[in-house]
Amino acid sequence: MLCEECRQRQATVHMTKIINNMRSEIHLCEQCASNHEEFASITPFSMNDLIASFMDMGAGHQAFLRSATVKCPACGMDYARFKQSGMLGCRECYQHFSNELLPVLRKIQSRTEHSGKVPKRSGSSLLLKKQIKELRQELKIAVETEAFERAAEIRDRLKALEASYREQGRDIK
Amino acid sequence: MSWIEEKGPDRDVVLSSRIRLARNIAGYPFPTMMKDSDAREILDTVKRCFSVSTPFSGRRYSVTLIKDLPEVDRQVLVEKHLASIDLMQHSDVAALIMDDRQRVTIMVNEEDHIRMQCILPGFQLDKAWEMLDRVDDTIEAEVEYSFDDRLGYLTACPTNVGTGLRASVMMHLPALTVSKQIGAVLQTISKIGLTARGLYGEGSEALGNIYQISNQITLGPSEQDIINNLTVACQRIFEKERMAQQAMLKVSGKQFEDVLWRALGTLTHARVMDIKEFMALISQLRLGVGLSIIPGLTAENVNELMILGQSGVLGKRAGRELDDADLNAYRAETIRSRLNEMLQA
Repeated sequence: MLCEECRQRQATVHMTKIINNMRSEIHLCEQCASNHEEFASITPFSMNDLIASFMDMGAGHQAFLRSATVKCPACGMDYARFKQSGMLGCRECYQHFSNELLPVLRKIQSRTEHSGKVPKRSGSSLLLKKQIKELRQELKIAVETEAFERAAEIRDRLKALEASYREQGRDIK
Repeated sequence: MSWIEEKGPDRDVVLSSRIRLARNIAGYPFPTMMKDSDAREILDTVKRCFSVSTPFSGRRYSVTLIKDLPEVDRQVLVEKHLASIDLMQHSDVAALIMDDRQRVTIMVNEEDHIRMQCILPGFQLDKAWEMLDRVDDTIEAEVEYSFDDRLGYLTACPTNVGTGLRASVMMHLPALTVSKQIGAVLQTISKIGLTARGLYGEGSEALGNIYQISNQITLGPSEQDIINNLTVACQRIFEKERMAQQAMLKVSGKQFEDVLWRALGTLTHARVMDIKEFMALISQLRLGVGLSIIPGLTAENVNELMILGQSGVLGKRAGRELDDADLNAYRAETIRSRLNEMLQA
């Protein structure tokens, strides 16, 4: 089959469009296809559009009706506006819209739990947990490379950290 | 001096490496729902961290209110990748804090209260992260961030939550584009949580064969994991691009060289040039310089020309409103004279 546009090269890119039950086909060569928006490899839509579509996909009709009228009590952001803009209004929105948000996060993010940097002043137990995890990794490397003096040092620091973690009443796996 | 004129690693394919962190201050709604008085307090708080009298990490920082900035200057900041279009759209309450080397910029009251970025020339994501991590620590010493034990740093848009980190590498991939391998490359990277944009962000086309590759995922992996993932993917892309360039040189030889030399010819002699043609010629010139086919010019020269030819930068230089025809003539004239100066130096 020849390309419908240049009528010179072989058509290697094929697209079938169905809009309102009307079916149309396009057959192009790669060169001509690269001039068509539909075949562009760079995403032409914004992330916000994507969030909106994910939110529609997840919720059933009833859930949608419920959410449509719900407002965040802290900042007044409503679901319709959130859906349209893809933006939340405040930190409480994360709690308040969590039913709608979690399925979206699962689709656009890899996991729903943070494992990166933790602000020091938050006094979060996450900070300790993170340090413990990093030290365990270091210890493993020290043992593997037979740096035993260093390993002993790390082990002492680990013990101290694990003790203060337990003092906060938490289990260490 | 800025990333545009400075030398960086892998500069034959990489223009810049950029890390951006999104942060919000606890106790205030996000910019979508905040009042003007909130915005003023937030700006005052952030400004205190960058007080001009006490140099921060050895550099001096300047604070600019966007509403005090003429339209043309706003466009120049966006074209130099020092601020976002979004910041300009929040012009009534937004501000930009910038260091004197234009490496670290902090956007205040954009989509989030704080958007800080570090942009460095060439391929050096690790160094950019190291610098920005320190900036983040310094701000954090003064303010309490909106942070959740499970979700990490909370951001207005859930696409940034977690680390709030976007790492982005701006690269020139002419051979992969011309040989039509780029589609497959971009498809592959999307499978490992990376995404590609054009020269000026989301939805913009790949003018001048320039692509920005960045992480899509911000929640789950740690900052270092995100950066490592992007680093490894980029290295593979550079390898492929260099191979494709060598293949073109080998197969098309003289004809290929001819195309690159003609680009130099047009840039030094044309009288009218629109942005699309200009960016295509700059791409060819960059390729010629990178492959040492065109002597007497450096990758930094090409960066400078590329920014010089952008509409806002030209408008600022001309000091008057330019219509399309004026602009295209002024672009050709400006590039011609600067390029000739570079070649004679």
